[in-house]
Amino acid sequence: MLAQLAAEFPDWYPEWNIPYWLMSILRVVGGLVAVLLPAGGIVYIFLFKMMSFMQSRLGPMEAGPYGSMQLLAEVGKWMQKEDLAPDNADVRIYKMAPLIVLLSTFLLVVVVPFGPQAYFTNFETGIFYALAVASVSVLGILIAGWSSANKYSLLGGLRAGGQLIAYELPMVLATLGVVIQAGSMNLNRIIEVQNTGEIFGIGWIGNPFVITQFIGFLIFMIAVQAELTQSPFDMPIAESELVSGYMTEYSGFRFLIFFIAEFATAGVFGFIASVLFLGGWGVPFTWFGWEGISDVAWWMNFVGPLIMFTKMFALVGVIMWVRFSYPRFREDQLQTFAWKVLIPLALANTAATAILKVVF
Amino acid sequence: MTLTDRQQLSYIASQAADARLNVELETEGMTLNIGPQHPATHGTLRIIARLDGEQVVWAEPVAGYMHRGYEKLTEVRTFPQVTSLVNRIDWLGSFANEVPFILAAEKLMEVEAPPRAQVIRTILFELSRIANVSLFLGDLGVQMGAITPVFLAFRDREYILNLIEGATGGRFHPNFDRIGGLKDDLPKGWIQETKGAVKKLEEFCDTIDDLLFGNEIFQSRMRGIGVIPADIAKDYGLSGANARASGIDWDLRRDQDLPLSYDLADWKVWTHPDGDSWARCWIRLQETRESCKIVGQLLDQIPAGPVMTKVPRIIKVPEGEAWVATENPLGEMGYYVVSKGDLGPFRVKIRSASFNNISIVPWALKGVYVPDIITILASLYFILGDIDR
Repeated sequence: MLAQLAAEFPDWYPEWNIPYWLMSILRVVGGLVAVLLPAGGIVYIFLFKMMSFMQSRLGPMEAGPYGSMQLLAEVGKWMQKEDLAPDNADVRIYKMAPLIVLLSTFLLVVVVPFGPQAYFTNFETGIFYALAVASVSVLGILIAGWSSANKYSLLGGLRAGGQLIAYELPMVLATLGVVIQAGSMNLNRIIEVQNTGEIFGIGWIGNPFVITQFIGFLIFMIAVQAELTQSPFDMPIAESELVSGYMTEYSGFRFLIFFIAEFATAGVFGFIASVLFLGGWGVPFTWFGWEGISDVAWWMNFVGPLIMFTKMFALVGVIMWVRFSYPRFREDQLQTFAWKVLIPLALANTAATAILKVVF
Repeated sequence: MTLTDRQQLSYIASQAADARLNVELETEGMTLNIGPQHPATHGTLRIIARLDGEQVVWAEPVAGYMHRGYEKLTEVRTFPQVTSLVNRIDWLGSFANEVPFILAAEKLMEVEAPPRAQVIRTILFELSRIANVSLFLGDLGVQMGAITPVFLAFRDREYILNLIEGATGGRFHPNFDRIGGLKDDLPKGWIQETKGAVKKLEEFCDTIDDLLFGNEIFQSRMRGIGVIPADIAKDYGLSGANARASGIDWDLRRDQDLPLSYDLADWKVWTHPDGDSWARCWIRLQETRESCKIVGQLLDQIPAGPVMTKVPRIIKVPEGEAWVATENPLGEMGYYVVSKGDLGPFRVKIRSASFNNISIVPWALKGVYVPDIITILASLYFILGDIDR
């Protein structure tokens, strides 16, 4: 079976002849980097520094230059703590819950392309898969809320369940507009369409869908904000009323996993949003005279990830900026906003996109 | 009348069926214990809430986790020593706690502070109100997940605390008021610095007005929530901004004749007809601005002269009873002082504002959602030291 997998595997890099074992190691390392580097970067740049500067303070300054090693110090602290579980908790699934949440993040990053050939998998229905596995984290959160045997956890878990399901719909509908316009569900194809396209004959910036699908982009970003349970949609955590929501009982490295998952998911959603709306890893292909994705130079596999990270940090920066400035909605207001404003708007956007697609 | 076996059996069966139906249809409530250790309570207030889903059916505050027995302790202190105790009642606006007690003692001794001391007293009183309420304005955001305003509040409140420290020597617990005047005169340059700080605080009020009160989410969380009509507010003995937000035009600074110099300044008592959480917060914002105005005006009107009248070295308060209440940052705060002619008071009854203000919590929380518990409690604004004396 291994031989068969190996035979299927490096079909896109025959000339490099990377052996299977080396490729596996590279992929594991790549996956970890793609999940942990955004998480660490977001925590340091935005949570530690941007928030502090907004609040007229310095943030961590002791560990490393400008406190850059603070996160490592915190990880060390969390790893040393006891792995506690409440007496009445359903211990087995209580311990499993954070892993499920993190699993969803890893499953998501699998589908994200970082270059013309630098991807983990190249699904034909990539965006469909991404939206499907994004909702796995709801399971983990519900499990965490239910199994903690704590009333605050239960309330937080149920709120999270309601909220994540409600905001999945506008997200899917906002993505539909992009899929209609690109004519494909493959993420690399969506990037290619954006970088080779043109708007009314002007092609020097390609056709990033953030321009033509601006309403879709806004809805997508709002839905992402809610999916990540960041303020103003942080009802499930709501530290001033539910202590810490579904995470109340978690301590030590299980809390750390929730924490990483929160920010890693922010990073992955930033990646997906940049793929869908900002042209992903690509620069407009006309700059270098490329016709399509098969012409793209090999070095884009190394420059592409950097471009992706830049775009991702820009998008996550906006998410965090909103998070640090806004108070939170109430549960009913939040549901009303999703069902009565976002979903009708997304539906109208989808219909308009479909009509315009036929017209042009 | 006796039932046959068959009748009895059918009766039992029908009862059992009813019972089963009831069990299936009734949703079980949940008792949520908020506090005494909970991030939303400023201190160790405990609230027991019976929930149906996320709706509160019944709620009750439990006070007393931090009771320090100040009323009893005053009986074993001399009159000048009591100020260091009552300082710690409302710890955010400490100086304001001393004033009514000192005024009550002065009333019994029939002395009056010199005019300079009265004006400085009023200025410090208002500064402690600003120090108190500015933290409330910042903390309001935290209750709703907006973490930035509180840091701005801490930053700008620092100016006021520095001023209080500069004048009295104590940042939180000045212990500066004396029977017959003040401990010291103002330090050099203090007036000029205060003028600058008051400007900074006015800017802070504008920032909060813009950042928080102008926010649509904040408004939707606050408007129409926790409405307390005027008659209910009167029944429960609300005072201060909570009463004025329900449309009760009543402010002890204006409506009472005390040896404090509020009549020297031109200011306004704000009221709001709505009585909801928004009104309570908005009133406090406006009051902070008014306090800045009062301080700014009084700074130019400090008369020359001593800050202390002649009082005996060992203070013995003549026999009698006195009640003095002032408009403290949290509401009406009063001391009923009974003296038997000794060095210390025979009995002191402290009427603190928060203790009465939270008595409305069971009424106000009935039927609201869990997130609104927090905003209503935040807007009622209590300091735990003011509840548990």
